[in-house]
Amino acid sequence: MASLVGSRVERKEDKRFLTGKGRYTSDINIANQTYAIFIRSPHARAKIKKIDTSKALKSSGVVDILTGEHIAKDKIGGLIAGWAIRSEDGSEMKCPANPPLAKDSVNFVGDPVAVVFAETLDEAKAAAELVKVDYKVLKAVANLSDAMNSEAIHDGIEKNLCYDWLLGDRQKVKEAFDKADKIIKLDIINNRLIPNAMEPRACVIDYNTASEEITCYTTSQNPHLSRLIMSAFGGVAPENKLRVVAPDVGGGFGSKINLYNEEIVCSWASKKIERPIKWVAERTESFLTDTHGRDHITHAELAVTNDGKFLGFKNETIANLGAYARVFGTVTPTYLFGPCATGVYIMPAAYSNVKAVYTNTAPVDAYRGAGRPEATYTIERIVDKAAMELGIDPIEIRMKNFPTEFPFKQTLVHQVDSGDYIAGLNKAKEMADYDGFAARKKESESRGKLRGIGVTSYFEACGIAPSPVVMMLGCGVGLWESAEVRFNPTGQVTVYTGSHSHGQSHQTTFAQIAADELGVPIENIDVVHGDTDKGTFGMGTYGSRSLTVGGIAIVNACKKIVNKGKKIAAKMLEENPDDVDFKNGEFVVTKSNKKKTIGEVAFASYLPGVRDEVKSPLPEGEEPGLIESSFFDPSNFSFPAGSHICEVEIDPETGRVKLDKYTAVDDFGTIVNPLIVEGQVHGGLAQGIGQALCENAQYDESGQLITASYMDYTMPRADDLPDFNLGFTCTKATTNPLGVKGCGEAGTIAATPTVMNAVINALGGKEISLPATAEKVWNACKELKKSNAKAA
Amino acid sequence: MKTFNYHSAKDVKEASKLASSNSAFLAGGMTTLPSMKLGLASYKDIIDIKRIKKISGIKVSGKTVTIGAITKHVEVANSKDVKKAIPSLAALAEGIGDPQVRNRGTIGGSIANNDPAADYPSACIALNAIIHTNNRKINADKFFTGMFETSLKSSEIIEAIEFNIPQKSSYQKLPNPASRYAIVGVYVAKHKTGINVGVTGAKSSVYNDKNLAGALSKNFSSSAIDNVKISTSGINSDIHASAEYRANMIKAFAKKAVDAC
Ligand SMILES: Cc1cc2nc3c(=O)[nH]c(=O)nc-3n(C[C@H](O)[C@H](O)[C@H](O)COP(=O)(O)OP(=O)(O)OC[C@H]3O[C@@H](n4cnc5c(N)ncnc54)[C@H](O)[C@@H]3O)c2cc1C
Repeated sequence: MASLVGSRVERKEDKRFLTGKGRYTSDINIANQTYAIFIRSPHARAKIKKIDTSKALKSSGVVDILTGEHIAKDKIGGLIAGWAIRSEDGSEMKCPANPPLAKDSVNFVGDPVAVVFAETLDEAKAAAELVKVDYKVLKAVANLSDAMNSEAIHDGIEKNLCYDWLLGDRQKVKEAFDKADKIIKLDIINNRLIPNAMEPRACVIDYNTASEEITCYTTSQNPHLSRLIMSAFGGVAPENKLRVVAPDVGGGFGSKINLYNEEIVCSWASKKIERPIKWVAERTESFLTDTHGRDHITHAELAVTNDGKFLGFKNETIANLGAYARVFGTVTPTYLFGPCATGVYIMPAAYSNVKAVYTNTAPVDAYRGAGRPEATYTIERIVDKAAMELGIDPIEIRMKNFPTEFPFKQTLVHQVDSGDYIAGLNKAKEMADYDGFAARKKESESRGKLRGIGVTSYFEACGIAPSPVVMMLGCGVGLWESAEVRFNPTGQVTVYTGSHSHGQSHQTTFAQIAADELGVPIENIDVVHGDTDKGTFGMGTYGSRSLTVGGIAIVNACKKIVNKGKKIAAKMLEENPDDVDFKNGEFVVTKSNKKKTIGEVAFASYLPGVRDEVKSPLPEGEEPGLIESSFFDPSNFSFPAGSHICEVEIDPETGRVKLDKYTAVDDFGTIVNPLIVEGQVHGGLAQGIGQALCENAQYDESGQLITASYMDYTMPRADDLPDFNLGFTCTKATTNPLGVKGCGEAGTIAATPTVMNAVINALGGKEISLPATAEKVWNACKELKKSNAKAA
Repeated sequence: MKTFNYHSAKDVKEASKLASSNSAFLAGGMTTLPSMKLGLASYKDIIDIKRIKKISGIKVSGKTVTIGAITKHVEVANSKDVKKAIPSLAALAEGIGDPQVRNRGTIGGSIANNDPAADYPSACIALNAIIHTNNRKINADKFFTGMFETSLKSSEIIEAIEFNIPQKSSYQKLPNPASRYAIVGVYVAKHKTGINVGVTGAKSSVYNDKNLAGALSKNFSSSAIDNVKISTSGINSDIHASAEYRANMIKAFAKKAVDAC
């Protein structure tokens, strides 16, 4: 049987997704369900003086209306930050309480204050309009750059500062900078993004009054973690009385890592009103209340020698947390950001300083790439600026500073096990026809257009990761994954995984791995996930960790199955277990040429006997059945890397940027399914390009989100993108048996700096801020024309 | 969405009779339905006019192209007759929104709604269109009266729009990157009788830019536009484009249009 790892197996998911047969949370209806509508703050910052529900309660079809008072009385806990971060001075971070329904104050537009349950959705909406909330409106802190000088929005959190964190060595950096020929300086605003999963958040809650069990169907990237938080911190129900199911989920990109107010409130309320509850976010609610991403202000400096060697790097960053600190909110701008700040380079000294602050905006949390796109953007922009100021080719300056030996001890934290950055950049250079750029630029100029080329080399730390390390760094849980592999007596296999798939195609990739390990046809393997009642635990899908952590748990469980199978086969074949080899689904004893298929062994393991004789295929002391489970906790992060090159053409008359060519060369270690990996890269690139050219979440001074619909928030569309030119290099990860590194975030990480480097290259080095919208580029073109005229 | 009465009118007369100050006609529904869903609008009566065959379809005579009010954008975009008679008009329809919008949205709905950023109003101005309603004919320059305002009465129904076939014409638009409505759209048309420059997206309502038209009637070339000053007064400003940028884009896109004529 040919190996499936490495082949373009069509997705098992395709049929149901492409024919509209997916089953999403909002497809689920429970008999007798009520409909929930949340009443949300229209103000960015206010005190709640009074909530009057009397009129609304009398409205037709209303079952109940609950407020922050009710939830506080029932002592239901709020939302939490999952990582505790310490400031440079050793003090612990400061986090405000985040009750599921605000009781005393609201802190962003969309903060929920009450919830209506009614027989129909229309009745719930009509009643919601009758709930009167009396607010004392306060001056909002909406602007990140002023936040530390503004009034504290949470009691006791001075300067709105959650922490002031440092990674690295200030003294060493000072020494390195003192030796430098030149210091390159760069100021960056990493624009705020709204994740925009295609499926809005939703939950359907079914409380069984007899068994006292709550089932929560929800749009989560990690149902197991949601249950843990809802139970341990929310106090909604003990874990054994709380089942969380995340069925098909239409994208998350980090925004569905968090447990949200609505899931806690509806789970608690279902028990209270003794009725099932359905809540589905409207698109506006998604814009307002899904966690947002990025939103940094950074000043960075790079110390260089005249011939382009890097001596040191530092960044001072202000990161927006939004109104509250959520699950990955505090770690995204610190341990997911700082360690990658020095990029793929040998950097003798570095530090990363981050101040995370609260503002009256939606909470900011992990968004595809989480911290690593911000880090890569900073270093790759400043490296390009250095190349320009020193008059060195952008590829040459990168090559000059790449490590050539692996493992590579990266400056700030990571020990990178494997990689070949030179091979990757060389391949990208060739595929992009870098040398032909000058001719293409000339041709563009002949048509009155500007052409620019941009290069980025990145690495990322993903596959998060070793539990002892992340817990040492402040993570509240271990980040292992687990799997259970179950043979049926008749030979099919069910793989239970704790990793959730919301677009990543685990059902195919994981089946490929299991098929190879067990020698069972892939059609006979099913992958089950997303239900805390089915199979083992998981810590969630994010950080490109499903394959590198969850997938390996499957491999290891399969290996246990094979080990047990060997013993059974040996007994059946009356041979010594040491003489049994397992290959292509068969247990073989070469010297006697005897064999049993794994199907026969599975069958025998469940039916251990024969007619007319007392005889078992099971060795002494072996239990019947063929089911094994495994927990995997890797010994290190994994480190995908690559180089991307793109070209843009700018119309100076209008400022419009056309992305003309995009080449991505990535090293993801072993690739299990190229078809799926290419899809992941395409999607990631689209999002990274979106950040570079169009996406931008904007609040006004009063904290109103002015990009709260698709009429104003610009998503990249298919016709904004060129055909992507993808290539791969491969150095295997040494820390897992498959050699896999993860691929989910790479495109997003690399694309934003690649595109901006190209735009700024076209503009002759003129800096512009993200995103490169037509008007900004047009203004830059005008200035360029002026300065060119002056020079001439 | 609030509840409402739904009526499917069999002809224009019935539709007009059902109309009141608290009703809307349902053509493509691309504006009416989203505004109802978002709670921005509510009506007592929704009068569906999609089944009135008489006000659908495209007719070309020697001098004019007449398009029935409920003709969809996609039909105009794909019409061989329109492509031949006024290619810029088919191209305009092709550039409206996205395929979903073009498959439902209608020319009558677009014009009746008079969104300041809609495309068709600029065509009406540039192509000296006559708006045929159930009780009169209105010249385009008298039809668009302000932001989302027209000279239509509440029971008045657009039946067709009659465009004059120009000698040369082109519509060039800078689309809003998010919605694909026009940030600025400029429709230049050269008729025997004179030149029109219909500008949409830039002000509270579409208008004929007399300065640009004047410059072009002296010298129909994009260089003639270079010296025309466009003031920023009255020009829209939003997160996608400042007034200054928009004013400059009127010129830039007028030039593109002239070059493409
Ligand atoms: C996402 C999106 C993108 C869009 N992008 C663009 C774009 O790029 N350019 C552009 O020009 N437009 C755009 N539109 C608008 C769209 O093309 C439609 O033209 C517009 O929504 C109205 O047409 P409709 O047929 O859907 O009208 P409806 O929504 O059905 O009606 C709108 C209004 O017109 C009235 N009305 C309709 N027909 C008549 C009639 N025959 N007589 C009198 N009154 C009538 C109704 O009473 C109602 O008040 C976009 C719309 C959406 C939703």
